[in-house]
Amino acid sequence: MKSIILQTATRYLLPILLLFSFFLLLRGHYYPGGGFVGGLVASIAFVLHSFANGTESTMKILGYKPLSLIPIGLATSTVSVTVPLLFGLPPMTGLWFEEPIPVIGMIGSALFFDIGVYLVVIGVVLTILFTIALND
Amino acid sequence: MELLLVLVLGLLYAAGIYLVLRRSMVRLLLGIMLLSNGANVLIFVIGNITKGSPPVIGSMEKVFQEVYADPIPQALILTAIVISFGLTSFAIVLLKRVYALVDSDDLDDLNTPEEEDI
Amino acid sequence: MIDNHILAPIFVQLFTAIIQLICWRKTVTQRYLSVGGSLIGLMVAFRLFGRVQESGILTMNAANWDAPFGIVFVADMLSVTLVLLTSIACFAVSLFSSVGLSRQRMLYGYFPIFHFLIMGLHGAFLTGDIFNLYVYFEVIIISSFVLMTLGGRKAQLEGAVKYMAMNILASMFFLTGIGMLYGITGSLNMADLSIRIQEVQNKALIGITSCFFLIGFGIKSAVFPLYYWLPSSYHTPPSAVAATFGGLLTKVGIYAMLRVFSLIFVPDDFIRTLLMVIAVFTILTGALGALIKTNIRRFFSYLIVCHIGFMMGGIAMFSKVALMGAVFYLIHDIMVKTNMFLVAGLIRQLGGTMDMSKLGGLYRNYPKISLLIAIVLFSLVGIPPLSGFWPKVFLFQEAFAQHQYFYVAALIIGSFITLYVIANMWVQVFWKNIPPSAETENLFAPMPPYKKILMVLPIGLMALVTLYIGLNAEAIVKIADIISTQLIDPSAYIDAVLGNKTD
Repeated sequence: MKSIILQTATRYLLPILLLFSFFLLLRGHYYPGGGFVGGLVASIAFVLHSFANGTESTMKILGYKPLSLIPIGLATSTVSVTVPLLFGLPPMTGLWFEEPIPVIGMIGSALFFDIGVYLVVIGVVLTILFTIALND
Repeated sequence: MELLLVLVLGLLYAAGIYLVLRRSMVRLLLGIMLLSNGANVLIFVIGNITKGSPPVIGSMEKVFQEVYADPIPQALILTAIVISFGLTSFAIVLLKRVYALVDSDDLDDLNTPEEEDI
Repeated sequence: MIDNHILAPIFVQLFTAIIQLICWRKTVTQRYLSVGGSLIGLMVAFRLFGRVQESGILTMNAANWDAPFGIVFVADMLSVTLVLLTSIACFAVSLFSSVGLSRQRMLYGYFPIFHFLIMGLHGAFLTGDIFNLYVYFEVIIISSFVLMTLGGRKAQLEGAVKYMAMNILASMFFLTGIGMLYGITGSLNMADLSIRIQEVQNKALIGITSCFFLIGFGIKSAVFPLYYWLPSSYHTPPSAVAATFGGLLTKVGIYAMLRVFSLIFVPDDFIRTLLMVIAVFTILTGALGALIKTNIRRFFSYLIVCHIGFMMGGIAMFSKVALMGAVFYLIHDIMVKTNMFLVAGLIRQLGGTMDMSKLGGLYRNYPKISLLIAIVLFSLVGIPPLSGFWPKVFLFQEAFAQHQYFYVAALIIGSFITLYVIANMWVQVFWKNIPPSAETENLFAPMPPYKKILMVLPIGLMALVTLYIGLNAEAIVKIADIISTQLIDPSAYIDAVLGNKTD
């Protein structure tokens, strides 16, 4: 199924959805949003692209396999969980920088945890969906 | 609202258990999905539904001034949804592989005789 | 006492798995990483065990939230003993699987998933929060699904479907139980639940909730009416995987029962009778099933079921001596069952099959290996002074004291059938001549010497641990004594969790 309308639409929707997913990721600490939802939105953007243009072309724009996002995300999350141990605090304690950074806001270990979750979710969802799609 | 949710929850459990007891693998999978949704609704109902009062303390106050929605059931449900998402997607891939290999949807066809063991 | 480092065993496994994921497809690196990670994990577990023995129950409040509100991790004697045993089993299995597994399976990520599984086990043992226990159970079952299907033979996938269906069902029961428990008490912290549940007026509701937990954990630990998935799936995966499953996974169910029934739902007469009936039938069905199977791994699977019944009986009697017996049996069982499946893998390498009727003459060809295997097999049977004997003494003593004669009879029948089955296996596999019609292929002889060593070494290591448990039973009895005291009287546990307020 190749629809010219869907193809043209996804060309603009993909970057907008990715931007939106990143927005959800950043606001996640105090407002609705967060790594999991952001990751789902980002992977849905790629899934939409693969509906319109076929799975092969989506894998081409991704560049490398989504599977490789999983260890990166896991490592980011785990490190952010264990870092408080170095300061003599229990794991998972939130550590925050003193000064807020423009646009992003307050940066702390929770944000890195969310970034890790974001990457893992994209990796897992895309790996599963591509596996199912390519088996046919 | 509560009564409706309780009915939905009973329906989900009943349908889930009915489907799990079928021999078809796809129905088994659907049954498991319904059961996990049923469990989520159960936790939601049990956590006492409170409308329109999020558990956020106003900037002027130190403690909650009025009844608020319990956030824990929602956190539990969210976790349970994520887990059941992972389980379900794995189950779908597994059943697809089994169907490709055995060419049947019937659980009773899934018995390799003991003589073929390694 | 607060100790922020009690999660170290979990993090060691997690980091090992992550680094292995980064080295995806480099199977040689993964093997080194796996053995190295398991060794570090073993040392960390030893250290944790020593610290808990020294200074009593340790707790950690994750993210610095005080106890009943945040997630708390607790290292009491039962937890750290099981973490230590899991680490020993993990080390042995990772040595064995570095040679006992086809490269094809390693390419699909056997090692990282294996370490995720061990991480889940450690987490389940260490957590003090009932919902967190559920999450770790899910980590365990998702990893075990992958390990179960890895390789994708037809029999394996068939086993996996049954395994998956039953285990997801068990999780649903567990989750429903947690939901109801939260509704009744408004807490998820197990120590807090232990206090709050006593204030609840509606005892019938608590009874129903406890049945949900009983069914959920019963499916996981394969007790009588719920065990069918185990014998129909455990004979299919590779031996290294089957060893992890057979040794550790059903025991998590037993651990969870010990924890939940000692802390939250202290068994009343009805639950105790129910548990006892389940225990007796579990022993009998497991033993009878083992009697008729000729494939080694198939009857080992039934033996797992049979011996789960022994421990269930200990929980059902719920007294100090009975729990000592159950805990001692748990310690012995983890070591021996893991080793048994490794032995099954070794026998397959030696004889090319696991069908006893086609095997034979192993003692003549490999006398030393056969003697090593004999230690494992006869520890399982419980010939004094080997490790299976001592816990049964406690169980018998308490069963007579409480006049549980059906359980005594079941224990005797179960033990004798185990003896018969193992003796029969010994005769058929090791003493009998190779049947002339059988075409056996020896996969062991052409292997290079280092591989042979890596295959036998873990079995030898675990056999040594088993011997230590049997010959130095006094030390184990002491540990079991501490554990059962903590289980019977959970006030130490509750104080340790709720008494520590960080300011």
